[in-house]
Amino acid sequence: MASARLKGMGSILARQGILIAFALFLLGFAAFSDNFSDIDNLTQVIRQSAIIGVIAIGVTVVVISGNLDLSVGSMLSFATVMVVDLHDKIGPVPAIAIMLVAVLALGSINGFLVGVLRLNSLIVTLGMLSAIQGLTLIYSGGQNVDIADQEGTWFSLIGRGSFIGIALPIWIFGSLAIFLHVVMSSTAFGRRVYAVGGNPTASVFSGIRRTHVVFASYMISAFCVGIAALILGARVGGSQNNVGQGYELQVLAGVILGGTSLLGGSGTVLKTVIGVLILGFIQNGLLLLGFAYYVQWLVTWVVIILAVWLDIAAKRGRLLSPIA
Amino acid sequence: MTETNQTPALRLEGIVKTFPGVRALDGVDLEVRAGEVHALLGENGAGKSTLMKVLAGMHQPNEGRIFLEGREVQMANPMDAKAQGVVLIHQELSLCDGLSVAENVYLGELPYSRWGFVDWSTLHAKTNEILKKLNCNFDARTRVSDLSIARQQMVEIARALTVDAKVVVFDEPTASLTDAEKVVLFDVIRDLRDRGAGIVYISHRMDEIFALSDRLSVLRDGSYRGTKVTAETNEDEVTQMMIGRSLTHEKNVSTVEPGAIALEVRGLSCGKLFKDVSFEVRRGEVVGFYGLVGAGRTKIAETLFGLRRPSGGTILLDGEEVSISGPVDAISRGISLVPESRKEQGLVLGMSCRDNMTLPQIGDLTTGPFVSNGAEISIYDQYRDRLDIRSPSWRQAVGNLSGGNQQKIVIGKWLAMKPQVLIVDEPTRGIDVGAKGEIHKLIRDLASQGYAVIVISSEMPEVLHVSDRVIAMYSGEIIRSFGVGEVTEDSLIQAISGIRPEKAA
Amino acid sequence: MATLKQNKALRWLTENPIWGFCALIFVFFSLSNEFFFDVNNFQNILVQTSTIGLIALGMTLVMINGNIDLSVGAVVALAASLMVDLQSWSAFENWGNWQMLPALIVALAAGTALGALNGIIVWKTGVDAFIVTLGAMLGVRGLVFVYTEEQSFFAMNFTFSDLGMSSIGPMPALAILFLVATVLVHILLSRTVHGRNTYAVGGNREAAVNAGIRVGPHMVVNFMIVGFFAALAGVTLSSQMGASTPNLGREYELWVITAVVLGGTKLAGGAGNIIGTFGGVLAIGILRNGMNLMQVPAFYVLVIMGSILIAVLILDKQLTRKGVEALRT
Repeated sequence: MASARLKGMGSILARQGILIAFALFLLGFAAFSDNFSDIDNLTQVIRQSAIIGVIAIGVTVVVISGNLDLSVGSMLSFATVMVVDLHDKIGPVPAIAIMLVAVLALGSINGFLVGVLRLNSLIVTLGMLSAIQGLTLIYSGGQNVDIADQEGTWFSLIGRGSFIGIALPIWIFGSLAIFLHVVMSSTAFGRRVYAVGGNPTASVFSGIRRTHVVFASYMISAFCVGIAALILGARVGGSQNNVGQGYELQVLAGVILGGTSLLGGSGTVLKTVIGVLILGFIQNGLLLLGFAYYVQWLVTWVVIILAVWLDIAAKRGRLLSPIA
Repeated sequence: MTETNQTPALRLEGIVKTFPGVRALDGVDLEVRAGEVHALLGENGAGKSTLMKVLAGMHQPNEGRIFLEGREVQMANPMDAKAQGVVLIHQELSLCDGLSVAENVYLGELPYSRWGFVDWSTLHAKTNEILKKLNCNFDARTRVSDLSIARQQMVEIARALTVDAKVVVFDEPTASLTDAEKVVLFDVIRDLRDRGAGIVYISHRMDEIFALSDRLSVLRDGSYRGTKVTAETNEDEVTQMMIGRSLTHEKNVSTVEPGAIALEVRGLSCGKLFKDVSFEVRRGEVVGFYGLVGAGRTKIAETLFGLRRPSGGTILLDGEEVSISGPVDAISRGISLVPESRKEQGLVLGMSCRDNMTLPQIGDLTTGPFVSNGAEISIYDQYRDRLDIRSPSWRQAVGNLSGGNQQKIVIGKWLAMKPQVLIVDEPTRGIDVGAKGEIHKLIRDLASQGYAVIVISSEMPEVLHVSDRVIAMYSGEIIRSFGVGEVTEDSLIQAISGIRPEKAA
Repeated sequence: MATLKQNKALRWLTENPIWGFCALIFVFFSLSNEFFFDVNNFQNILVQTSTIGLIALGMTLVMINGNIDLSVGAVVALAASLMVDLQSWSAFENWGNWQMLPALIVALAAGTALGALNGIIVWKTGVDAFIVTLGAMLGVRGLVFVYTEEQSFFAMNFTFSDLGMSSIGPMPALAILFLVATVLVHILLSRTVHGRNTYAVGGNREAAVNAGIRVGPHMVVNFMIVGFFAALAGVTLSSQMGASTPNLGREYELWVITAVVLGGTKLAGGAGNIIGTFGGVLAIGILRNGMNLMQVPAFYVLVIMGSILIAVLILDKQLTRKGVEALRT
């Protein structure tokens, strides 16, 4: 068992290693850029990370249960377009309600296909990515939508307002993150999600309704997309019909960086928050240092692979893989 | 039997193999002549598989020597062993479904011409040659996934014959074969023998051993017990060699009169898996199910737990007929199953000890919406003390515990459900002697507290020690039901080998 | 013997349902639209799907291995940019049409090299191909943006842009290229040692290792092949467009994987073939082309394509169900 303990320590070290490296990153940014450590700048980063963050914590639940959800980007487009469009037509409250219902309906399709029919979640959500993208275009008729009188509606506050000095999106992100974290770590449901992700067979043998758990996880993911759509639509006051394109990648990158394994059964919502923030700060730091916005993609490439590699290496006790 | 050479094809001398905590092989000798079928017998855990893995280069012996045709050899790995003419045919097949028979037989050694193109004519010709030797009537081009298990086994054997094999080891080859397929296999084995190979045939099945082998050797608890010429011995003598220990193995004395019938099964069937199974279990008694791998015992347990849908028959709980729709239903009716494979079915290895133990009832351990930490820990503490589970803390991931402690966690998990009927499948598989005894005592205690317990086991001393009554199964059917005190070791072995009571002398 | 032949054909059809599907939609569109059933249109289909089709050939190998490559779309953009840009370098000013040669070599080399990089990382670190190529998808796109500085490039050489539209005899050059490549990769997969080993490595990795197959280098080769084809697709695409844009190829991986899965390759590895992939590519091409001709709004096309992928998955699951005696988990 000594080797197991060493491996466990190694894994913790690897994880701390990432955080230490990240801390050094931050110090470097702060040193080389005047504006980085500005409080305004830091809060702006967190605010900008809120949308991806809200989606990422929902996707985290799906990932912990052992599945993937690649449809979140398209769902975001759909939901944002719908809520913005309906806002002027039937008023903000009905618009929000209908959008949430629609998004949950989409989530339930995912939940049914993966949970009940047991289809592969990668391919299913890939197909849904495509289908929902089409749905968005059908709904919007290919047009972009916007809210006519953005200052005159309380809806915009969701994206632009603040409460005791902290931007509302941060409040929403923070409280949702805490809520989901508590659900995952302290409720029976959360425990079951970890079990299903850790060993689906053993969880069935232990009397867990695997189908229900998977279905619920996709509903949660969809709900989070709905909330993110509120923030996005409110902040921008309008929406292009492909606004969410590519979000699923950023979200996945955040989840992976945070240390949650794509195999399921481990990880936490808070870790994802950290992962998303890391990505946000990398982007921000690089921008402030004068790099073009796409340089962050290169950095993310290296960081993701390094982070997962070190994690795996720590668990197996050797740096390189033993495959011939 | 053909003429034997002076020098044996294979000789193992003083093989010792230890794993952490257990001495699996204790100075084993074995001698196999060219042109003979040499059976290797022993109970589960006697060391047969370990010995053969040492021979095939999968394990390195701590002590001892291997001689091939008189020359001392080292087996660095399976490919090395194969190159020297020693081939092991496993129980689990290692074929690639998407490829043809020929491509599997010559996996990694496909003949090729320039530019890396496979030389199909050579490949098929050589493979068909081997297949002909084995009397297989399928073509080398057939896709492996299209073949029956028996034929896939032939492909596995064919793979072994790409070299000139001097020693071929068969490890429980008939586990998944029908009687007709077995006949074909035996012909193949006899043919190999007649061509001069030395065959080692590992099996539990007496009928096969006495039909096929020329000589037989017995291992018991890792040591070599002797070799006999098959024609000069009989089942009883061999059984004696296998069991050997004093027959009075602390026969348990039941202090409690069995109570009402908790579970009754009448004529239960599930397709081809098991047929017409009937038995009953009373409160306060332990019913042991004994049989070979594939006899159908676990499948019955899974059906009782709602994991399989029966195709016929009835299940009665407390006299009432029930239909069990799934594990959730089974649990709510008071049935608990400690499954066969604790790592794959019984535990979530990455979760803590406590969380694993409370999993089935996590929904009930809540105050408001939150899981009650205190209630969980108290359950864990209770069963940790009762079962003497050794773990640094409840937070320890279950995957880090020893096998024995892992098993105790699974048992504790289900005991905490306070079941009406407790089914324990292979309670001490892969567990060392000390923990074994504890778990056996625990099962006896459970019975005296009034639980109705079913124990499924492949280890005879265990089933005899722990059960009040024993049910022997073979090939999906109950061959014999022994009443209290009726069972003897000899009659049990015969029953699980398919020998019905009428046949016994 | 007639029944035996019938049975073989029927069996082949149930094992490769995509071709049945292709026949179905082919008939459907032929009947519902007068412009569909036309030799020129068929050639169009081949050309239109050649981009995804070329990549799908390589992706099939990678997926049979049990891996995946999400970075192909980004490689398309990189190769396209290199192809167009290098032709205009002053170093090659006086080369005339030979300008295309160094550009082509660099573009293809870049794709192959990136493929090798992916493969080596998967081999040596043990990180799952999904994550490695997810990172590459972002990173290579970053490379493209850095290299192009977000600019689109336009081909000055008209010979180059004409190539994309050119024909060899009666058939468009790109269609021939796609067909030839399909045949070559099919031969590779079905007739060479490397191809047969691909099934072994994906189907039973342990057996492959025990049989002495060098799994690591094998996987690297397959990643290099898909990288090569992604680059080739980028080159042909840039020729057709006469230009390259930094956002080229976005979501191509989606369609490539769809085509490969439709064609019968299993995500888990160990099964699949090029004929199936070709069928999957054709199916997508016929659907797109047919719906286009019927003037189905582009938006509905997306919904239909997504739904078809899911429907195929469900069908596949039904066909491989194990029956009454399976465990109910």
